[in-house]
Amino acid sequence: MGLDFSVVPSYFGVLLLGAGWTIAITIGAGLLSFFGGIVFAVAALYGHWTIRLPMRLFGWLFMGTPLLLQLFLIYFGLIQVGIDLPAFVAGVIGLGLHFAVYNSELIQASILAVDKGQYEGARTLGLSRGQTLRRIVIPQAVQAVIPPMGNNMIALLKDSALVSVIGVMELTLASQQAISRTYRPFEFYLTAAAIYYVINLGLEAALRRIERRIQASR
Amino acid sequence: MSDTAFIEIRNAAKSFGAFEVLKDINLTVDRGQIVAIIGPSGSGKSTLLRAINELDPLTSGEVWLEGVQINRKLPHRQYEKHVNQVRQDIGMVFQHFNLFPHLTVRGNITLAPKMLKGLSTDEANKLAEEQLAKVGLSEKIDEYPSRLSGGQKQRVAIARALAMRPKVMLFDEATSALDPELVEEVNLVMKQLAEEHMTMIIVTHEMDFAASVCDRVLFMDQGVVVEEGPPEVIFQSPENERTRNFLRKHLARANGQA
Ligand SMILES: Nc1ncnc2c1ncn2[C@@H]1O[C@H](COP(=O)(O)OP(=O)(O)OP(=O)(O)O)[C@@H](O)[C@H]1O
Ligand SMILES: [Mg+2]
Repeated sequence: MGLDFSVVPSYFGVLLLGAGWTIAITIGAGLLSFFGGIVFAVAALYGHWTIRLPMRLFGWLFMGTPLLLQLFLIYFGLIQVGIDLPAFVAGVIGLGLHFAVYNSELIQASILAVDKGQYEGARTLGLSRGQTLRRIVIPQAVQAVIPPMGNNMIALLKDSALVSVIGVMELTLASQQAISRTYRPFEFYLTAAAIYYVINLGLEAALRRIERRIQASR
Repeated sequence: MSDTAFIEIRNAAKSFGAFEVLKDINLTVDRGQIVAIIGPSGSGKSTLLRAINELDPLTSGEVWLEGVQINRKLPHRQYEKHVNQVRQDIGMVFQHFNLFPHLTVRGNITLAPKMLKGLSTDEANKLAEEQLAKVGLSEKIDEYPSRLSGGQKQRVAIARALAMRPKVMLFDEATSALDPELVEEVNLVMKQLAEEHMTMIIVTHEMDFAASVCDRVLFMDQGVVVEEGPPEVIFQSPENERTRNFLRKHLARANGQA
């Protein structure tokens, strides 16, 4: 049986809707992983030990166990304790926190690498510790890790396919549905791959723009 | 505290571990006075300067500015509030500028006045323009620090400090990291401040500059003030053997470089 893409166009609507959900999850989880990464990094470096200790356990949980399991835990596990999240929300939280932990590692290292002259310059003007962190140290630390965080965002986009297992109708699950009706896995998976690739190109272009804007100030 | 003293440092001592960097230093500076601190590397000049604004708190002794004790012993939270407040009155300029690379020149200058003094954006912008005009860098207001020469960076750093309208300016080897041809533009700005009677304490290796702008010169060695006096005395007829040795060596090195 040869390839026959003629069945694909009638499912374009389904696939594009799936692509829309994939983009929505990536943006939602991406933002959560960015801001969550900053919060986790600051808590890990400057928090009281009663915050740092649970953070370490939390970080270990998210880095040392499969993302798939984490998604099951958040979606199905939490129902048991009375928290019934919509699949999309559970997916964004799972994916976002997972990558927030990775971003936090990057940002922590980057915060520690900020020159001590920056603290002195700021404190000498009268800025408090917190003000110095917020306005001087964190912006510089974050700017410095935009390229590796960009790589995490691309990994996040690809891993968003995992959210299909909790029933979010994103691109991968949408293709599977089309396949279950047409029995044309090769055609639909290839089409989905092409769409992922296009979304990826868009994401990379956006990241390059951000990097260029930062470079302009270097 | 004496009547005229603007800054008074009393029995200042500082140790890093077992190593005594400052040993019983006393210093008073009057309003509008310009004091140079000279001395060999490691003698404690920076540490003394940095003790004045609590960047390197003293182990014992007192630092006063206009009747306010800077290094008051206070509970942690109150202490933080106190130092953040008094530091607003003490401008400091570093050897390596310490400009904020992620902010433009304007952002560098307006940040603290906006955050700490509640200036509006318009007021802060006006202030930045004023201070930049003063250091001759009006056209650089929207540049990032990375686009400036060392001399320009240091002038922006001075403008940034002045924007807080400090009562005193501390300079820690402000020109030491600069290429020789860029030193003069920074010295000129400092001379201009001297003419405006800004109170200044200047740690420097440039004896000619110290001689030309300062009212008093302190020679430090191994954590003590060995000798102090007007520049003509310290530079031309120092009494202390250590001062003479230092100046002789320094002169030889300066000539060797030329
Ligand atoms: N944070 C620190 N921890 C330990 N020792 C320190 C610290 N800061 C300074 N010192 C030591 O204190 C001594 C005085 O240092 P300081 O920087 O005040 O000297 P300085 O007179 O400014 O020298 P230079 O002309 O090289 O700048 C030096 O021996 C230095 O190694
Ligand atoms: Mg020094």
